[in-house]
Amino acid sequence: MTFLTTPVSRRRLLAGTAAGAAAVSTFTPTRFAIGQTAKLKIGLMLPYSGTYASLGNNITDAFKLRLAEVGGKLGGREVEFVQLDDESAPPKGKDNAARLVTKDKVDVLVGTVHSGVAMGMAAVAREENVLLVVPNAGAGDITGKMCAPNIFRTSFSNWQPGYACGPAMMKDGKKNVVTMTWNYPAGHEQIGGFKESYTAAGGKVVKEILLDFPKVEFQTYLTEIAALKPDAVFVFFSGDGAVKFIKDYAGAGLKGKIPLYATGFLTDGVLQAVGNDAEGIRNTLHYADSLDNPVNKKFVAAFKAMTKRDADVFAVQGYDTCSLLATGLEAVKGDIKAGATLYSTMRNTIVDSPRGKFTFSASHNPVQDFYMREVRGGRDVVLGVAVKALADPAKGCTMV
Amino acid sequence: MDISYYLIQALNGIQYGFLLFLVASGLTLIFGIMGIINLAHGSFFMIGAYLCWWLTSLTGNLFLGILAGIPLAVALGLLIERFGIVHLYTRDHLYQVLFTYGLILIFGEMRSILWGNEVQSVQIPEILSAAIPLTDVQSYPVYRLFISLVCMALAAMLYLVVQRTRLGMTIRAGASNREMVQALGLDIAKLFAIVFALGAALAAFAGMVAAPVQSVFPGMGDEILIVSLVVVVVGGVGSIKGAFLGAMLIGLADTFGAVFLPHGAGTVIYTVMAIVLLWRPQGLFGRT
Repeated sequence: MTFLTTPVSRRRLLAGTAAGAAAVSTFTPTRFAIGQTAKLKIGLMLPYSGTYASLGNNITDAFKLRLAEVGGKLGGREVEFVQLDDESAPPKGKDNAARLVTKDKVDVLVGTVHSGVAMGMAAVAREENVLLVVPNAGAGDITGKMCAPNIFRTSFSNWQPGYACGPAMMKDGKKNVVTMTWNYPAGHEQIGGFKESYTAAGGKVVKEILLDFPKVEFQTYLTEIAALKPDAVFVFFSGDGAVKFIKDYAGAGLKGKIPLYATGFLTDGVLQAVGNDAEGIRNTLHYADSLDNPVNKKFVAAFKAMTKRDADVFAVQGYDTCSLLATGLEAVKGDIKAGATLYSTMRNTIVDSPRGKFTFSASHNPVQDFYMREVRGGRDVVLGVAVKALADPAKGCTMV
Repeated sequence: MDISYYLIQALNGIQYGFLLFLVASGLTLIFGIMGIINLAHGSFFMIGAYLCWWLTSLTGNLFLGILAGIPLAVALGLLIERFGIVHLYTRDHLYQVLFTYGLILIFGEMRSILWGNEVQSVQIPEILSAAIPLTDVQSYPVYRLFISLVCMALAAMLYLVVQRTRLGMTIRAGASNREMVQALGLDIAKLFAIVFALGAALAAFAGMVAAPVQSVFPGMGDEILIVSLVVVVVGGVGSIKGAFLGAMLIGLADTFGAVFLPHGAGTVIYTVMAIVLLWRPQGLFGRT
């Protein structure tokens, strides 16, 4: 997962607005007095190629799985999908989203994994006043500075999993740590969340190591950690970098000598690739496929039956995106233009998710439990709840 | 931080330098002798790593995987030279850059079709999986030492071939004066094919031995290409000796840059390159 952000230039903003105005003038209302015959168009703007293709596919398949479970309709309307590969390319994010809204006339935007692309989508959602549900991207700004009544997120903010780990580490008696991540927005946000709760609980950060993104040559820094001998190490890495980090940490002999803590992105989806080297890593996340609740058990089995793949946190987020839309549209009988009524229903929804029940904050980010997990026998085993009902501070959001 | 800490860091830097040398030596030979700017050189590194992963999982043994992978890499190098590069010898560098950039995209797409986009990992074989304890906390993986030893042996072999054999003599002659070599009736086409295949095989081999410690991922070729270009520029285009010292210098600069300037680590090697270029524009061992 990357969570880079792209600033929106004034010219592009103007261009987008002009396109929006043109679209409004040719707009045909879909609000009906009787009957809801028109199909509900959902624009799935997700990565279907590149490094995050598997994430995009899991989100899509789980969304469709949930849709089938609720009878194939949302608020009584049939659903038509417009799928667009966002290529995880931030420069194309805004144009792609604008095209889905103005040309394909989608009623709802769903996306995406990469924060930079999601920021472009949020900008379009604000301009065009179209409902956007973000099923992964963790940039704080999406439900911070960019927050809007019509923007929802069913995943997490980068701040949340980091914040959840701090107090738990103090409880484990780890009084000083070295932190390590990539020098980019998601890294700063995740480590920032961690530092906030950890130092508040009395912990001391001995050293913060930042690597250029996406460098994966860790050997130098591991040598440094071995020389510093902190009580523990806290990191944020994901994907390629996570696999490499876990292997190098063990290779340098640090595994088992200096305990490793992380946000759940370090171990999610990579355990098979790293084998034994991940054993004992403790990490915080809002989901674990081993969670013992009926919704999760049903979901994991159904997802496996449908796709032959194992469910993961991304699939859960796609699944919950559909649940949220189902509840909201049910309340307004499929009238996507219901505006305030629709949004307030969604905001007050309690989602019965495989991750456990969660609600939404005033900024439309999940208020959810974070679990402390430990890798045992190649799986993330849930040790308990690290922080209950954790809400993002939503810095810069005017709705709070 | 005591002395042992700096020694371990030096070891890290040298090991990285050896790996860089394998890739950069091919790049510098291909440019120095054939006059070809080969941007696809990093792709051979990436392909080597994927070949290693694929063949290791087929054969169940890293060494067998590497052994089977080398001929494939040589064949690929020959194929690319015979059907692509051969048309570019008389063209402007711009065409070469465009062509080899196109190759990067094609190789990337082929990899995506053949092997997918996932990050893969290669297990270190049992006999090399141990670690040597250095301090009470840190150990040094035996496999990393193995990489250094293999690279050292290859570097020595390359040196002997270039300095002591007839082929090496031709290569050196080709590097210093291509027209004269041709005028003397040596088969320059064959020489070029050998050099290109050798360079491709060296890069692919580096990818293969690096696969277990680097993990195998789509973007790995681009990263090594840029650093290798820096090595070639620092060492002097066309010089094997330059590539070796350039690789060591860049490897150590990268490591100690991260130690002493943690927030500017990414810029250190480029600073080194800038200084070398100001002082000796032709590189450390380049000809003017």
